[in-house]
Amino acid sequence: MNSNKNWIDQRFPLTKVWNEHLAEYYTPRNFNFWYFFGSLAMLVLVIQIVTGIFLTMHFKPDAIHAFASVEYIMRDVNWGWLIRYLHSTGASAFFVVIYLHIHRSLLYGSYKTPRELIWILGMVLYIALMAEAFMGYVLPWGQMSYWGAQVIISLFGSVPIFGPEILTFILGDYAVGDPVLNRFFSLHVIALPLILVILVFLHIVALHTVGSNNPDGIEIKKNKNKEGIPKDGVPFHPYYSVKDIVGVVVFLMIFSAVVFFAPAMNGYFLESSNFIEANPLQTPNHIAPLWYLTPFYSVLRAIPPMFGSQFPGVVGMFASLLILIALPWLDRSKVKSIRYRSLPYKIALGIFVISFIVLGYLGMQPVTPINALLARVFTFTYFGFFILMPWFTSIGKTKSLPIRVTE
Amino acid sequence: MKNNVHTLLIAVVILIFSFNTLASGNEIHLDQAKTNINDKKSLRRGAKLFMNYCSGCHSIQFMRYNRIGKDLNITDKEIEKHFILGNEKIGEIITSAMSVADAKQWFGQSPDLSLVSRSKGVDWIYSYLHGFYKDNSRIFGVNNHILKNVSMPDVLWKLKQDESSEKFDQDIIDITNFLDYVGEPAKLVRFNLGIKVLGFLFILFIFSYLLKIEYWKDIKYGKWRAKH
Repeated sequence: MNSNKNWIDQRFPLTKVWNEHLAEYYTPRNFNFWYFFGSLAMLVLVIQIVTGIFLTMHFKPDAIHAFASVEYIMRDVNWGWLIRYLHSTGASAFFVVIYLHIHRSLLYGSYKTPRELIWILGMVLYIALMAEAFMGYVLPWGQMSYWGAQVIISLFGSVPIFGPEILTFILGDYAVGDPVLNRFFSLHVIALPLILVILVFLHIVALHTVGSNNPDGIEIKKNKNKEGIPKDGVPFHPYYSVKDIVGVVVFLMIFSAVVFFAPAMNGYFLESSNFIEANPLQTPNHIAPLWYLTPFYSVLRAIPPMFGSQFPGVVGMFASLLILIALPWLDRSKVKSIRYRSLPYKIALGIFVISFIVLGYLGMQPVTPINALLARVFTFTYFGFFILMPWFTSIGKTKSLPIRVTE
Repeated sequence: MKNNVHTLLIAVVILIFSFNTLASGNEIHLDQAKTNINDKKSLRRGAKLFMNYCSGCHSIQFMRYNRIGKDLNITDKEIEKHFILGNEKIGEIITSAMSVADAKQWFGQSPDLSLVSRSKGVDWIYSYLHGFYKDNSRIFGVNNHILKNVSMPDVLWKLKQDESSEKFDQDIIDITNFLDYVGEPAKLVRFNLGIKVLGFLFILFIFSYLLKIEYWKDIKYGKWRAKH
């Protein structure tokens, strides 16, 4: 065994990698509930890739056959229904996990110095994940797939001057059709997953370079023992690997409950109108993206057309996403964790979280005058969180930080 | 102070959600279909009714004859005798007896019903089949409460006339139940499998939790040592 290890170590830094990232990666010992979601996000990524491989074996990326091939998977392929439900539930689970993971960052200031790059990589991951999910949703070629694609792709047509050319370039046609389905298939199964895997790798390498934050938001590396090991750090393996296994099992219990007992999640994970094959001649009464994209869809709808163009709404939607990247530089607070933050920040974060949830809810609803008004109000509070952040993070009284992490 | 802020924010959220519940009050009322996917007898009766009363015009093109046989415990012989009305083979998909061209000429194309339970829901099917009423202005003399001015005739009128209302209701429940199965054949197995999977995960949870406790004892007593 040992000689085998030496043989490999002379040719590949196996022991070094193992130690740096697991056995001697010192992790703060005070992680709580919110710290499960990073490893869970990786688990879901693996679930999506493995189930995706098997779905790709049976799916036909062809406007005539796609819808039927999904039903073929659901009925005639052995265990096809399970693979498909794991994949469709996995898509929503991915966003549940990612939203909680991002929320953790906001709670404990994990985006602040020295972790800005981890945050940026994470945000790029999040945007890539949304693109991945949107393209995957088009593939079953149901009514919502088709019309959702129609709405979202047409946004690019609103770009001034070059809009129509960009639109034709994306579509490969003058309407959503077979070319879109084919290129989305290609992007969904190879281009974006590849980008996601690379970004996850970079995200983790960056994390392991600076070390993990913790619920107290203090740097454990500032307090080392004689051997140079953080006093409040424990080796990731075995301590956090065994802890994360518990998280994985609990997650799988909830995940399986959805997969086996409510895979459509009452229309939130699989929409009922997507069980009708795409029909370019029949526009559904109500078109809404799946729940994880609706906050941004709400922002899009909240901004009225200006000068006869929808472009401001599109800019607003992308701005609402990209502004997240600036977070590390907007936050002026001296402390990281919510535990020691001033009251203004706590209130602002509360309003932001509620704005995001309400925008998400409104994005699923048809536009009514009251909904449109609410979407505008919460679009303001959403952007307000970022624009006013330099102000509200520099006022109010923060609590004094402990030297060592608290229990 | 903090609690007041939270209460206020929660109140705003509830208010918004309640606005929308009020706004969506103009939808058609659907009766609840009391179907039970595990009732194989009901599914078999439903299959038979579907083949006799529906399959003349409606296909269930994602379903195969022998799949129904396998799932509902009907032998191939019985399927051939009672279910296959034309000269299709046992492994073929279930198409309607009516050609598309004829349908178009007569009253428009009748939709495939493979996924109707998933796109419209069982309550809709149940209410729709119950929803026919006399209307002489329509070509077949009937109209429907759920789907206004539908071109489908009331194909179950004979049953409605001859049977007791309880028996007729049961017939409609059976057809609805069958279509629920057709919409998702996996529904027959996924509940039971889910219980087994959750049982396994629960046992795994106990062991993984005990493992975690065991390891983390070291940290509680400051016993862990780094490798060199």
